[in-house]
Amino acid sequence: MIDIQGLHKSYGDLEVLKGIDLTVKKGEVVCLIGASGSGKSTLLRCVNGLEVYQGGAIRVDDRLVEAERKSIRDIRTRVTMVFQRFNLFPHRTALENVTEGPIYVKGEPRAEAEAYGRELLARIGLADKADAYPDRLSGGQQQRVAIARALAMRPEAILFDEPTSALDPELVGEVLAAMRQLAEEGMTMLVVTHEMGFAREVADRVLFMHGGLILEEGPAAEVLGNPQHERTRDFLGRILEHG
Amino acid sequence: MMNFLTDAQAYLPILFRGAATTVGIAFCALVIATLFGLVLALMRYSGNPILSWTSRSFVNVVRGIPILVQLFYIYFVLPDWGIDLTAFQAGAIGLGLAYSCYMAENFRAGLEAVEDGQIEAAQSIGMGWGMTMRRVILPQAFRTVLPPYGNTMIMLLKDTSQASVITVAEMTFQAKMLAASTFENLTVYTLVAGLYLTLSVPLFILASWLERRFGKK
Repeated sequence: MIDIQGLHKSYGDLEVLKGIDLTVKKGEVVCLIGASGSGKSTLLRCVNGLEVYQGGAIRVDDRLVEAERKSIRDIRTRVTMVFQRFNLFPHRTALENVTEGPIYVKGEPRAEAEAYGRELLARIGLADKADAYPDRLSGGQQQRVAIARALAMRPEAILFDEPTSALDPELVGEVLAAMRQLAEEGMTMLVVTHEMGFAREVADRVLFMHGGLILEEGPAAEVLGNPQHERTRDFLGRILEHG
Repeated sequence: MMNFLTDAQAYLPILFRGAATTVGIAFCALVIATLFGLVLALMRYSGNPILSWTSRSFVNVVRGIPILVQLFYIYFVLPDWGIDLTAFQAGAIGLGLAYSCYMAENFRAGLEAVEDGQIEAAQSIGMGWGMTMRRVILPQAFRTVLPPYGNTMIMLLKDTSQASVITVAEMTFQAKMLAASTFENLTVYTLVAGLYLTLSVPLFILASWLERRFGKK
């Protein structure tokens, strides 16, 4: 469903992605791991058309992702994104955040969108927060609302860009639980994360990125449990040291 | 004192007529400044190099020329090119354009105060540029912009007095005529000062209310 071939991306002279090939099949959960600066977030942002890429191709359901074409809007309604810093709309309530896209982008009737929005909020355990503004919610609650906002578009896949990195440690669990639930329901997910526990338990595949390339990929147990590449071992060693 | 009161009684109706024109020209100029200022700010914010450059150049040119000179230009020079405006129109357009630049800078500050992530969040659910502005960015920028907007409004009201030089019959113009014909400078200009203050006070109250309601906590 997401097909990336020979992806190259540079900022000026700095090449951040040096030829990425990656396919995510429907229903698959793929985790991208690697040190900061390895290009994993940039890769994700390219898939959502938030970054322009210079070489190769990204296709979603055989449609080319071109950040500067209008077609990107349609692709974004089918592959939505959850950000590190939540980016909820602060001037709208939790429910309004969730229904914004369905009502104004997809043109769903308000009643229908709100009913589905409330159902989604209930599913992530925030039914009672529907009318709360984001500044009244904890980081974990905000990120769960952001997940509901991404889900409300009824997407075929969701991209997660370090969804727990901006959270206090005690709030990470509730967000991971919501993501795990999504994975179990069969959502296609491409996740940039530092949560090795989550990757191990939930991911169908784990990819290790370094210096703009995918150095190693395979089933979670193999990549995390028995890494072949020295850099992967280094990285995992450092991550485990720091908990 | 008695003199002052009898004179005031005679002059006030004339000055009130001037005040009405002052309010009228201030209102028209405010509408022009707000709408055009918003356009300039959005052009600058759009990220399109041509639009951004055009907006920046316009703002810098207009900001660099005194309002008086702009008014003279619009009223006395444009007719040579076949654009004939009444004094009131020239005044409203001149002040409106001059103030659109201040407004544009206010609006731009408001737009830039909105977190970058908001645009991406809006885009990530498929919104285009127009909808992103309307539904996500402008409502947030609005809050930051309101307090400086109130202050600019007060400045604009007072600057309408400059339109007197192109014969717009607003309050300062009427006062000059009265003072010239009666030599009662003290009475006339005291009344005028009082009237400007009276017009400004509601705006002060509005501005401070906006500040409290929307300003940084």
